[in-house]
Amino acid sequence: MHPAYSVIIFTTFSGAGYGLLFLMGLFAAGQWIEPDRWFGFTGFFFAFTMIVSGLISSTYHLGHPERAWRALSQWKSSWLSREGVLAVAGFGPFALFAFGWVILESHDGAWRLFAILTVLFAVLTVYATSMIYATLRTIRAWFNPHTVRAYLAFAIWTGSIWFNLLTHLFDLHTPGIGFIVLASGILIWWFKRKYWMFLDGSPSWVSPNSATGLNDLGPVRLLDSPNTQENYIQQEMGFKIARKHAVKLRRWAFLTFFLIPYCLALMTVEAEAWLKIPAAILAVGFVMVGTMIERWLFFAEAKHTVMLYYGAEDS
Amino acid sequence: MTQIPQNTTGKKLGLVIDLDICVGCHACAVNCKEWNTGGHSAPLPDNNPFGDNAEGVWFNRVHTFECGNGADSRTVHFPRSCLHCEQPACVEVCPTGASYKRAEDGIVLVNEDICIGCKLCSWACPYGAREYDGDAGVMKKCTLCIDRIYNENLSEEEREPACVATCPANARHFGDLGDPSSEVSRMVEERGGYDLMPELQYQPVNKYLPPRPKSTGYEEERPQRLTPINPTSENEDAGGLFPWLDRVLSR
Amino acid sequence: MTRGYFDPIEEIDTSPTVSDEIKYTTCYMCACRCGIKVHMKDGGIRYIEGNRDHPVNKGVLCAKGSAGIMNHYSPARLTKPLRRVGERGKAEFKEIEWDEALELASTWLSDIRETDPRKLAFFTGRDQSQALTGWWASQFGTPNHAAHGGFCSVNMAAGGIYTIGGSFWEFGDPDWDLTKYMLMFGVAEDHDSNPIKAGLSKLKSNGAKFVSLNPIRTGYSAIADEWIGIRPGTDGKFVLALVHELLKADKIDLDYIVRYTNLPWLVIENPGHADDGLFARGVDGEPICWDTGTNQAADARLAGVSPALTGTFTLEDGCKAVPAFSLMATRYLDESYSPESAEKETGVPAHTIRRIAAEIADVAFEQQIEIDQPWTDWAGRRHEKMIGRPVSMHAMRGISAHSNGFQTCRAIHMLQILLGSIDCPGGFRYKPPFPKPAPPPLKPTGKPDQIVPNTPMPGPPLGFPAGPEDLLVEEDGTPRRIDHAYSWEAPIAAHGMMHMVITNAHNHDPYPVDLLFMYMANMSWNSSMNTSGTKEMLTAKDEKTGEYRIPKIMYADAYFSEMVAYADLVLPDTTYLERWDCVSLLDRPICSAECAADSIRQPVVEPDRDVRAFQSVLIDLGSRIGLPGLTNEDGSPKYPGGYPDYLVNHERAPGIGSLAGWRGEDGKSHGTGAPNKRQLDKYVENGCYWEHEIPLEQQYFKHANRDYLEYAASVGFIGSANQIILQVYSEPLQKFRLAAQGHGEVQPPDEHRERIEKFFDPMPIWYPPFEGEAIDTNEYPMHALTQRPMAMYHSWGSQNAWLRQIHGANPLYINRQTAEIHDIEDGDWVWVISHHNRVKAQAKLMEGVNDATVWTWNAIGKQSGAWNLDPDSPEARKGFLLNHVISELLPQRGNGFRYANSDPVTGQAAWYDLRVRIEKCGADESDVSEPQFATLEPPEALPKRPGILRYGRMYSRTFKKGGGG
Ligand SMILES: Nc1nc2c(c(=O)[nH]1)N[C@H]1C(S)=C(S)[C@@H](COP(=O)(O)OP(=O)(O)OC[C@H]3O[C@@H](n4cnc5c(=O)[nH]c(N)nc54)[C@H](O)[C@@H]3O)O[C@H]1N2
Ligand SMILES: Nc1nc2c(c(=O)[nH]1)N[C@H]1C(S)=C(S)[C@@H](COP(=O)(O)OP(=O)(O)OC[C@H]3O[C@@H](n4cnc5c(=O)[nH]c(N)nc54)[C@H](O)[C@@H]3O)O[C@H]1N2
Ligand code: SF4
Ligand code: SF4
Ligand code: SF4
Ligand code: SF4
Ligand code: SF4
Ligand SMILES: [Mo]
Repeated sequence: MHPAYSVIIFTTFSGAGYGLLFLMGLFAAGQWIEPDRWFGFTGFFFAFTMIVSGLISSTYHLGHPERAWRALSQWKSSWLSREGVLAVAGFGPFALFAFGWVILESHDGAWRLFAILTVLFAVLTVYATSMIYATLRTIRAWFNPHTVRAYLAFAIWTGSIWFNLLTHLFDLHTPGIGFIVLASGILIWWFKRKYWMFLDGSPSWVSPNSATGLNDLGPVRLLDSPNTQENYIQQEMGFKIARKHAVKLRRWAFLTFFLIPYCLALMTVEAEAWLKIPAAILAVGFVMVGTMIERWLFFAEAKHTVMLYYGAEDS
Repeated sequence: MTQIPQNTTGKKLGLVIDLDICVGCHACAVNCKEWNTGGHSAPLPDNNPFGDNAEGVWFNRVHTFECGNGADSRTVHFPRSCLHCEQPACVEVCPTGASYKRAEDGIVLVNEDICIGCKLCSWACPYGAREYDGDAGVMKKCTLCIDRIYNENLSEEEREPACVATCPANARHFGDLGDPSSEVSRMVEERGGYDLMPELQYQPVNKYLPPRPKSTGYEEERPQRLTPINPTSENEDAGGLFPWLDRVLSR
Repeated sequence: MTRGYFDPIEEIDTSPTVSDEIKYTTCYMCACRCGIKVHMKDGGIRYIEGNRDHPVNKGVLCAKGSAGIMNHYSPARLTKPLRRVGERGKAEFKEIEWDEALELASTWLSDIRETDPRKLAFFTGRDQSQALTGWWASQFGTPNHAAHGGFCSVNMAAGGIYTIGGSFWEFGDPDWDLTKYMLMFGVAEDHDSNPIKAGLSKLKSNGAKFVSLNPIRTGYSAIADEWIGIRPGTDGKFVLALVHELLKADKIDLDYIVRYTNLPWLVIENPGHADDGLFARGVDGEPICWDTGTNQAADARLAGVSPALTGTFTLEDGCKAVPAFSLMATRYLDESYSPESAEKETGVPAHTIRRIAAEIADVAFEQQIEIDQPWTDWAGRRHEKMIGRPVSMHAMRGISAHSNGFQTCRAIHMLQILLGSIDCPGGFRYKPPFPKPAPPPLKPTGKPDQIVPNTPMPGPPLGFPAGPEDLLVEEDGTPRRIDHAYSWEAPIAAHGMMHMVITNAHNHDPYPVDLLFMYMANMSWNSSMNTSGTKEMLTAKDEKTGEYRIPKIMYADAYFSEMVAYADLVLPDTTYLERWDCVSLLDRPICSAECAADSIRQPVVEPDRDVRAFQSVLIDLGSRIGLPGLTNEDGSPKYPGGYPDYLVNHERAPGIGSLAGWRGEDGKSHGTGAPNKRQLDKYVENGCYWEHEIPLEQQYFKHANRDYLEYAASVGFIGSANQIILQVYSEPLQKFRLAAQGHGEVQPPDEHRERIEKFFDPMPIWYPPFEGEAIDTNEYPMHALTQRPMAMYHSWGSQNAWLRQIHGANPLYINRQTAEIHDIEDGDWVWVISHHNRVKAQAKLMEGVNDATVWTWNAIGKQSGAWNLDPDSPEARKGFLLNHVISELLPQRGNGFRYANSDPVTGQAAWYDLRVRIEKCGADESDVSEPQFATLEPPEALPKRPGILRYGRMYSRTFKKGGGG
């Protein structure tokens, strides 16, 4: 699949935003963090900014952004629509949750309920996003349980790196936070490793033979494309990345989204005080870049069945 | 609703494409373009039409494949358009309802007035049947020539898709695949018409008729060579012309 | 139905009006001449579809035809007459008015006509108006006229017309409905584009077997039941091996042979004498046979004689003679024609050849078909049934574009004849106006006394020589025509040799011409061999005078083709949707085996540019220079209404004109009859075609079917209703051969003797194609071919916004195993190198191609800038033109003479004799095809290329709603 930058940016940022909100909600609901106004303000600012800018960036690849509202109508069948509905609906609880925290500096009573709702919406929205991909039977790299896991884990991992930074900034950091960061790091490492193993190990379920139905006639090879220059389908779905490149990029991605931020996060827990904040900031930088590389690969490595008609040997 | 509707009539309109006689002439593709660029989905624009990277919107495209190796290989031409699937994920994924399947005849269409151009449906279509019109910012696709097949301004015999009407080799057929007694259903039955990528379970309505096996042996039971006539002893020196020596033939 | 936010039901107009007006005309996206129905809406062309009633296409339309709108609105359309201002080849022009253009052209033309009319070389390409252009040349008085046939398929035309009085090409068809077995030799598209597709489909659904011989398996070959990837240039060997097998097993149709062919005729055996190998003739010149009934010689054409097929007979004058049959059988029974010997040349296993022979014998003789339709033969005898041998054949340029094509074509016809499958049910069928006498009694004109200044020639430039006396040569054997047609280099060049005109005109060989006037042929590009050299010749100047070697070039094209750049004066033509045209029975009509037919084009839209229909311009020019046929006594133009006026009112012979339908003042007769003022209206009313169905009893055995022959004679297809006898043994060829042996008055120059003697065999022979013989095949081991892509027409499809998306560039296709030997992979750049030149192309590997053959699609590569394409277009950067490596001349021989790269009999261009080797390009070589030429700047008046094309937007819902947008 052609890596669509707007979608990569969207999923990375909104994932991190929802992850951050999720953690804020969780910690508020559990009353594990004080409703510090400025901490709350900063947290919400970043979370909302990331979510909203993600949403806005996602409209960039629309042919008719002004009609985007129409996307809310098909929640009964379409995960994209559900994502939209959830994203919009989530703003209610989020806003109230933020109001309680920032204006009233409260995590109690009803405000606590909004924290719980925030957690719920954050999870559901990211889940919905992931289901857009996970339900596409046309793309083996996405149509599998790893997709949902990875999206959720990435949201938490990137969110927790942000959460880590902010709590350090406001001196609200606790060992529990450190634990969550490190645990979600392990999770992401594990899931992604599993995913790549799956991608390399599982066979293509369709072939040029089944795409054409010419099953019994020996290997099927494309001789002539319908068009000598690339059409929309080829541009959109025909992105190919050489195996060599993919392996290299996976390493870079792994370094940037996991290993480096993880070490930096460890430093924020263990290292000397003056190092904590710079390390936390660096961790945020790396994890965001790393996640974008990972998302880029998520697209680049995904093969669409349609390319079987355009010379691909597997899918 | 972009949920797949209950089919109200049992009617499944679609195409049957005969790979045994398709010569890969692209007539169906170009005629489709010609009809549709002024039809229901008008226009079907072309980017850089006279330059590099020329590419346009086409609802039907013809590929050429080779199967097998060396002497056992063969060439198959393969036209490809929307298959009007019974389980069209392209419809399910559409967030706006722009993509829909008609309850009355199963035709899958895009409502351009509400399509937001998110392209998700094209990701969901395994067959590459969705064509994005970047100029108008909306998705387009084969309409099964909805503006021909019911068109009362056309004579009865003209009410068939443009690609079917134009195919010089008569390799394309249009009809109701939901009616087992229809001409197209009979063809599918007789010739072993099949689905593309059945494992994805989109249940395409369009069917492909497989290329017939090649016969090099003509009929195996017939002689594989002619038997020369051998001279008898008395006409040995006729220089091989003995079969015609004494033939009496009249003009 | 309710319509709501969650239920956005679309309201669809399922019955939009398609058109506010429908106009019928004839397609001209290629030469197949299908009938079209043009839907006009809001002043534009909404849709073009096939005319369901039309005899050619019966409603279907090919890819090109369907893309007609895009040619019609192409930005490459010329807009105004152009006069060259810069150097030739640079496309630097100024626009001029028509008056000035016509004035200039008339001055050029009349100057020539007054002095030496031969100095006008008037050659036309892919047009369908040869009935007009040939006549015009004759009126002008120049023999230097021909159309594209010489570089196209004259081998098929001549091979057929000299043998069966008809031809493959588009002049005959397999009996698609009834055939049970079809052999197709070397066809990718042919001019019967749609009918062949429809026919193959019919044949396959009837369960007939379809065998395709072709080094390449694409298109038709892909759907063949059996594909035989024969080595190029060897089909003759294959066919004669089939003949060998059939003869050995006596699987031939003797009744047919005796009735319909000249094989029973007696051939004189008198070695070393002037009559050796000629037919023995009676006192009145009639051919004779040996009647076994009376045991004496008899008129071989008489009904009822019982001719001997073998034996040697002594005639009254003491001469010895043998039946041609005997010569034929003796020759092909020889083991040198065995399948084993054919296997060596063709690469087709001997057992396959044997099996095919057995299969066709089986179908012809064990599965004969009978139609219960009585018919009457030429002798008035009634036959209750029509007996069919349902084996059919079709062949085209894979046979003809070789230097052995004429004889190979004759071999195929001989095979058909021996099987009894010419014009029988299930076999090959003539399309009217064929058959004609083999050859027709029409001679080329251009002998010294026939060329007189300011005077028409007494006949047409092209015809059919029956012997050396019909050649157009000087006393010393020098050619009289600029293309050397009808000279000893190509005695039966029945279509001329357009591919030699530029070379010869440049070399002043045999004399300089003053004006090269061309129409609809892209001669500086895809229709020339040695394209780079041709471009140089077109721009070459005389060292002394500084004048161009070809002083003036006038060219009529509708589009900004490569050739336009070389013209001094450009006459811009209309598109096919803007003019009257005529597809005449005098030219290349649209008949089928079941009907005689012709058709017209009518303008369906008015030109929006300052262009004029070429035919009308030609008529105008003719009147201006006072051609008798185009001028009244008082000097006024005879056809002031231009071409439509001419179509209706011009009579070729009394009662015979361009169009056969609705003749006579009342429009009630057809074929012959006085001009009818309302004739064109009648055509328009009838969908722009006229058709006369041939009754079933006349539909078969037309060469010997009395009722058909009488009909054909009555409408002027043939001169008399005599039986047309199939000429397996060709006496005209033997006459040339005798001349080469030193007999007769007209003698070839010595250097041509050997060649004439060898190749003018009166019975089909096979010999290896010339180029392979003249070069070292170890150095050039591969064959290189082109094929027509179904969705493109030569060079003129690339301006088409839709078609060029299908074929925007052409790769070099190579057999996968062969490529592996050269370490070549898909997409690699390779050099294709011939003895003459080299081109660079991008490789594409495939299975379905003979392993000694590489090939590409024809004429996709373009000169950068031509056709108003972006200089960066893939056509110019990735596409390539194979023609650069094809030489128009064969490598030099011992005496320094270089023959044309042509068939020795007909002069047909031997495109497919090409031999090459391939070399992988170095890693440092650029990813651009070669050779590259300077970019052509389109004339200023041409429109700018749009960045996006939204054809049809005016018909969209939103456009209507918004009234703009
Ligand atoms: N390598 C190779 N070369 C070949 C062949 C091959 O097989 N291989 N085939 C040969 C054969 S058989 C042929 S026939 C030739 C064909 O070669 P050409 O006769 O050169 O054919 P086109 O490229 O179609 O060019 C004809 C010209 O007619 C112009 N034209 C189109 N429509 C109109 C019109 O309405 N009016 C006017 N006035 N002009 C018009 C086009 O713009 C173009 O410039 O190519 C020959 N060359
Ligand atoms: N779409 C389309 N149609 C056209 C044209 C066009 O440009 N485009 N051009 C028109 C014109 S001008 C012409 S002349 C006709 C020509 O029509 P075709 O005769 O079909 O012309 P080619 O494409 O030259 O095809 C020649 C075929 O012969 C094969 N061949 C080459 N050498 C040999 C050989 O030695 N033996 C055998 N058995 N096969 C061989 C080639 O592989 C190729 O398949 O088409 C006409 N129709
Ligand atoms: S028009 Fe018919 S023969 Fe031609 S490509 Fe389409 S289906 Fe095949
Ligand atoms: S072929 Fe593709 S676009 Fe057509 S219905 Fe099926 S999934 Fe949808
Ligand atoms: S592109 Fe249009 S039709 Fe396709 S899913 Fe998006 S809104 Fe629906
Ligand atoms: S049915 Fe109509 S829209 Fe669909 S491929 Fe055929 S011509 Fe095109
Ligand atoms: S074959 Fe195609 S291009 Fe040629 S006349 Fe017919 S429809 Fe037109
Ligand atoms: Mo041709």
